[in-house]
Parts: sequence; C-alpha cells; structure tokens
Amino acid sequence: MSLHRIRPDLARHAQEIAEIAKRAGLDFFETRFELVDFDTMQQIAAYGGFPQRYPHWRFGMEYEKLRKQHVYGLGKIYEMVINNDPCYAYLVEDNSVTDQKLVMAHVYAHCDFFKHNYWFSKTNRKMMDEMANHATRVRRHIDRQGYEDVERFIDTCYPLDNLIDPHSAFMQREAKRDETPSQTMSKEREIEKDVVRFKAKPYLESWINPPHRAEKQRQELMSQKKKEKHVLPRQPLRDVLGFLIEHAPLEDWEADILSIIREEAYYYAPQGQTKIMNEGWATFWHSRLMTRHILTDDEIITYADHHSGTVAMGPGQINPYKIGVELFRDIEERWNKGRFGKEYDECKDMEAKRRWDRKLGMGMEKVFEVRSIHNDVTFIDEFLTPEFVDRFKMYHYRFDPSTRRMVVVNRDFNKIKAQLLFMLTNHAQPYIYVVDGNYSNRGELYLAHKHTGVDLDIKYAVETLKDVQRIWRRPTHLQALINDEMVLFSFDGEQSQQQKIHADMPAPAHGV
Amino acid sequence: MKIDKDHQRFRQIVKGRIRDDLRKFLTRGELIGKEGKNIITIPVRGIDLPHFRYGDNNDGGVGIGEGQVGDGVDGDGEAGPGGSNPGNHLMEVEVSLDELADILGEELRLPRIKPKGNHQITSQKDRYSGIRSTGPESLRHFKRTFRAALRRQIIAGTYDPNNPVIVPIRQDRRYRSWKTVLKPQSNAVIVYMMDVSGSMGDEQKELVRLEAFWIDAWLRRNYEGIESRYIVHDVRAAEVNRQTFFHIREDGGTKISSAFKLARSILDTHYAPEEWNVYIFHFSDGDNSSESDSRECCRMLRDHMLPRINLFGYCQVASAYGSGNFINVIHEHLEEQQNVITSRVNTKDDIYDSLKTFFTPGK
Repeated sequence: MSLHRIRPDLARHAQEIAEIAKRAGLDFFETRFELVDFDTMQQIAAYGGFPQRYPHWRFGMEYEKLRKQHVYGLGKIYEMVINNDPCYAYLVEDNSVTDQKLVMAHVYAHCDFFKHNYWFSKTNRKMMDEMANHATRVRRHIDRQGYEDVERFIDTCYPLDNLIDPHSAFMQREAKRDETPSQTMSKEREIEKDVVRFKAKPYLESWINPPHRAEKQRQELMSQKKKEKHVLPRQPLRDVLGFLIEHAPLEDWEADILSIIREEAYYYAPQGQTKIMNEGWATFWHSRLMTRHILTDDEIITYADHHSGTVAMGPGQINPYKIGVELFRDIEERWNKGRFGKEYDECKDMEAKRRWDRKLGMGMEKVFEVRSIHNDVTFIDEFLTPEFVDRFKMYHYRFDPSTRRMVVVNRDFNKIKAQLLFMLTNHAQPYIYVVDGNYSNRGELYLAHKHTGVDLDIKYAVETLKDVQRIWRRPTHLQALINDEMVLFSFDGEQSQQQKIHADMPAPAHGV
Repeated sequence: MKIDKDHQRFRQIVKGRIRDDLRKFLTRGELIGKEGKNIITIPVRGIDLPHFRYGDNNDGGVGIGEGQVGDGVDGDGEAGPGGSNPGNHLMEVEVSLDELADILGEELRLPRIKPKGNHQITSQKDRYSGIRSTGPESLRHFKRTFRAALRRQIIAGTYDPNNPVIVPIRQDRRYRSWKTVLKPQSNAVIVYMMDVSGSMGDEQKELVRLEAFWIDAWLRRNYEGIESRYIVHDVRAAEVNRQTFFHIREDGGTKISSAFKLARSILDTHYAPEEWNVYIFHFSDGDNSSESDSRECCRMLRDHMLPRINLFGYCQVASAYGSGNFINVIHEHLEEQQNVITSRVNTKDDIYDSLKTFFTPGK
C-alpha cells in the first residue's frame, strides 16, 4: 500500500484545515491522509485501523460483518485514524468534499487527543511498523509450524486478550526481583518486629521472654517469609497474559504469539478507556472549526445533515459522540461563566443559578486541561452534573423479566452516574486476577474474578478457562461469585467441573 | 486484497460449522420457499471466540429520551458507552443453496451417472482466457499490450525512466481470445412419486418434501441438464409441476400401481434407456389399497423398470394410519435387486441418514 496519496484539491483542504486547527490551539502529530475506496476502508477497519495485521480468520469475520452492515444500510465508515507518529487517517474517495473537510477537522482533533491525553502517553507511536512486524513474525511461525497449528494457537490466545492490566504502564506493581542487601536487612528487622515480646522488668526478662522461644519464633517467621518468596505471583495480578508469558511452559513461537497479542491489547487499551472523551473531543472541534472557519455557504446543508447523523441518538442508546461533545461544551460554558466551585454548588436559588455568569472566560483553558488528564471514568465522575442529566433527559433502564423488555427504572442522577461509571470501568470487562500460580503446591493455576456487582457469564467463562488451561497445561481454576455463591470452575485438560467453594478446600495464595 | 485470505478462511470455518450441524439444516422446511433467491441465511452459533465477560443479570444501562419510570425502552436496549450489555453473539451468515448442496455432496457420494445418449454427450463452453497477437480491436487487452510495448522498448534501449513514454506498435498488440472447453454431460432424469392420499398427513408430506427437496437440490447442483418429473397419486396418478409437487394437498385412497404405470409410460415415451440415466424415488407411508396391488407394483418394477434404470429409491414415512406394509413387500419380492434401496423416515432427524442410505453406494 503506497501512502501519502491524495488528490491535490484534498491536500490543499487538509493543509488549510491543519492551519486553522493549529491557530485554534490544537497540537497534533504530522497527519497523513490517504484516499481509499470503500472496500479498502472496510478492510482496514476490519484490521482495527491498520493496513496490515497478522493472518487470522477473525479479521475476515469482522470484514464480513462490516460489509453486511453496509449492505443493510446500518452503518458507513467515514473516518479512521491511527494513533501513530505520524498519524495516518483514511478518507473514502466517493464522499463529498464537504464530508472530507469535516472528517479532516475531526481527525486533527483525534490526533491532538492521541498526542496529549495522558492515557496514550505510554503507547507505541510506531505501531504502524510494529503491526507489520507482528504480521511478518506470525507468517514466519506459520512457515515453520504450519498454518493450522499457528491458527489454533491464536484461537487459544485471543480469548484472553482482555486479561491485561491497563494501568500497569503507569505503576510498578511487582517488586523488582533482584533485591538489594538493604532490603534483606530490613526484612530481618521486620522479623524482629514481629517476634512477640511480653513486657517485663529486666530481671524477669529471661523468664518471661525466654531466648529459645524468641529464637523459635524467629525461625518460624523466617521460613514463612521464605515460603512467601516462592509464592507466585507475590500479589494478585491483573496482567494474566504477562504472567502466562513469563511462567507458562510455552515454546518460543507460542510465547512470541502470545506476547504479540498482549502488546496489541495494550496498544488498544487507552482507546477503550477514552471512547467518550476522544469522540467527544473530535466532534467538539469539527463542529467548531467547520461552522466558524471552514464551511462555505453552499456546504451548510450537507454538513448539518452529516453532523446530525453523527450525534444522533436512538431511544435507549447513548452515543459516545453526543454525550462526549455535550459534556465538553458544558465544561466550556461552565468555566466561562464560573459555574463551579463551592459557592455555585451551594447556591439553592435556581433562578440565580440559571443566570450565573462570572465572565471568567476560562472555558477553553479548562477543556484543554480536561482532554490531557482525564479518561472516560474520571471524565464522567467529575463533570456529569444533575443539570446535565436533566437537560438531556437521561434515564437508567434495566431488563424487566415480567415483560421481557428493557424498561426505564429511574431518572435519579446518582443511579445514572453510578451505572455509567460501572459500564466504563475497566471498559466493561470483568476483573480477573491470577491469585496463585502454584495452587495446592501442584503447579495449578488459580484465577479469581473480582465481583463488582455483576456475575460472570458462566458459559463463556467455562470456555475461556479451557483456553487458559491449554496455555498453562496444568489444571486451571477460576473462582467466581455466581448467584451469591463462591464457585470454583476447573478444567484439567479433559474435564470441566464446577463446585461450591467450601472450607475444606485448599485456599489459594491470595484472595481478591 | 490482503483480507481475502482471512475472509476465505472464515467462510471455510463457517462451512465446517454448517457441516457439523448438517442434520439440523436439512430439516429446515422454510428453505423450500426460498430457493428462488438461491441464498439462504443461516444463523451460526459460536464462531466468535469466547472471552471472560459479564452475564446478563447486569444492571441495565443508561439511555436518553422521554418516558416515565416503567415505560419500555424502544430499540433493542443496545448498550451505552462501553457496551455493558452482552450481545447475543449470534452471527448470521449467508450461504447459497449451491454451497449447502456442495457441503451435502461432500458428505454423501455422487451417483455414478453413466455417459449416455449421443446428441448431448458433451457441452461446449467458450472461455475468454487466452491471449493472441491478432484479433478484433474490441477485444484488445490494454495491459498486456502495454506490457509487450514496455518490454520491447526496454530491450531496444529506447525506454527512458525519466520520460516514461510508451508507444505500442502493431506487433505489441495483444487480444483476448477464447478457448473452447468441452464439458462432459450426462443425461439424467429423476422421477419423483409421492403418495398424497388421506393417510398421508401434513407431517408425512412435510418429511417427503424435505427429502425430495434435498435430493433435487443436490443432484441439480452436480449435474447440468438434469430433468425432473413429478408424479402425485392417490388412487389415480397425475404428473404435476415442481411447485405443485412440493405444495399440493389431497386426500382419498391409495393405489400405488397407478403412479408406477404413469412413470413407466413417461419413461417409455421420453427417456430411452440407452440415452438416459434414470432415477426413481417413491415416497409413501406404505399403506396401499390391497396386497395384490403391492405385488403388482413389484412385478412392474422387476419386469419393466429395474432393468433399465439406475436406482429405485423407496422412502417410507411413519404414519399413524395404515399398515405401512409396502416396504415389507418390496423387501420380500425384490431383495436380490441391486438397484433398489429403501429407507424409513420417522422424524426429520432421519432425513440425513435416509439421504446417506440412498447415495452412499454411489449408484
């Protein structure tokens, strides 16, 4: 695929819009547009935005879904942009020039977001090359191992790609392995601290705290500490994939493929964490730039039509573009008018609140700050207000078993916010931890689901556990709270079983 | 396109799933109505790879719009941001009837249709797959012409990369041309006979239709120029068209020999044995008006029909009424005949096995 191919007229528009965007304060990586036909766009979309991925049928399945969506008129892809330096963005060649301009403005804002949002700060900015490398590596494994074996192994690994720790890039969870002497010293001091000493007058000391007992305690504590050292992992670990790569009995090519899948999962994680913000930010800027600077009179209708399509919301649905852009606009207005802080929050006079305007003009500054430091969870947590929920008529719905329909259950601000936050936390993936890599001292793997109010899907859990076992090769367990009961799912390579957890069973090294 | 391989691989996996569930698909009656479109949509479960995910006892979602507490949320309750609601992970895949017949064919074995007849042994097909240096201008192959010119200029040393002008001359021109492909073709006729008397209830007819449908779909897929004739009978027999055969409702008594007589006269009139492969399938609940008529059928088969046909398939469906004795009479009288095959179909699940019984010998 040759890059940097774009019609001169579009290149001119891209140039102009980039300059307008920069003047407005956006700061992005160099952005390269490419003009593709519709089918290529679908192909790239099926590949998660990249022109190259390693061979696997699920990309083909994604492609089939996208094609069908288009045939049935359910969706059309207008834009696609890759977080990379330089950023790559695709334009569909049959779109009107107005649409192309809109997409360009939208894309520049995405690129600004990629460059400045904190959650993207640790992503690989050469992912375009990296994806191509992954493809080459997997192809090489296919040449050596055969297509079927490699495909089967990818089938086994891929179901685990949400078992990562999206925050691990930002913090050191596991202690460094080679401990320095000073730490060993402190360990001794720690043991000394834990040795039980009763209060005693000096002349009674050897009677009340006989040295042999202290020595015995010291020995016990020491051996306990030693045992702890052999506990794997040393604390519950969310990066299950990382753990498997390090400790599962994998062949080199298998470890390589698993690490490719893990690396790509980490690359995509920030996009899952900032869906609302990123789309909101891009929509905020495209509408601002288009209406204020770019549109010519005869383009207004086309623009309005497309824009309203982007931010349209069906009943019972939340469109991340819409909720995101409205929140950014709300923040801009609130910080322009000073509608924040103790005084505003405590004001009970609704009329005064409605007219509140301190003319602070801090809106722009604030939105840029917000785009830099927040992710969807903190964004909603901090900026969703009762007024906003009211204005946009938001509600909380739930499945009603008697009518078998989704029904509105309430319009309570706290419930709505709690629900939104729940849906966004860990981008709606369950929390799974490795809690013991040597369960019952038999080298079995023990995973645990941390319950956050919703049970795991049992059928899927059982199937996914099989894939974990295929990698670990020893019996593998998953502990999960199902219908208020602690259940242990197990798979030993041949048989699946599940049992209620009871006191007689050996406990894993850690709880969650 | 790069994704083609992945896409093909996906289709292959889909087909594998269909093969695993072939029995189930063969019993889907609604396919019969859809054959005009020749594309059927099959929901395939479990192609998606599993993940740890939330179950469906979750706490709903957040929406926007009017409505009081207790009102239903329109739409499908699609998840909000983050997508907390699990989809049903059901993938609908389009498969053409031909593809399905192919899959069926891979599981069964084709009958050995002998090349017969002299007027139609081969069919000819022209394919534009060749290249020649002469031909009409309308068939000029521009790319190949250009390539030939480029090659000539490079060899002649007149090609300048800084000024890449290619001028094809007369000798460079290339034209598409056809090759004639001979396709062996055999003549085959299938005669379907069905008992539509009162004792054949809707359930029985449904079984027959499904089985006949698959025999038909599959043979048509594999042989060009196959002819099908359809006969329905109660005490009298009549030839009907395909549409009628698959949808007719009748009642009355049963006289199986009436259908055999009609079949024989059709064969005598139109299908000379030296020119045609003949397949006859008869479907009934095995109830006949008299034992003597059943014996008469066997006599007709042995004396007049079996010597000149490839296969007589008899498929008996279970019925609450009647003796269901015809299959026994056939066994009794025609046991030694190689080209008689019988099968019983009691439920839809038996269709697959019945098809296998008919075709596995590869007759």
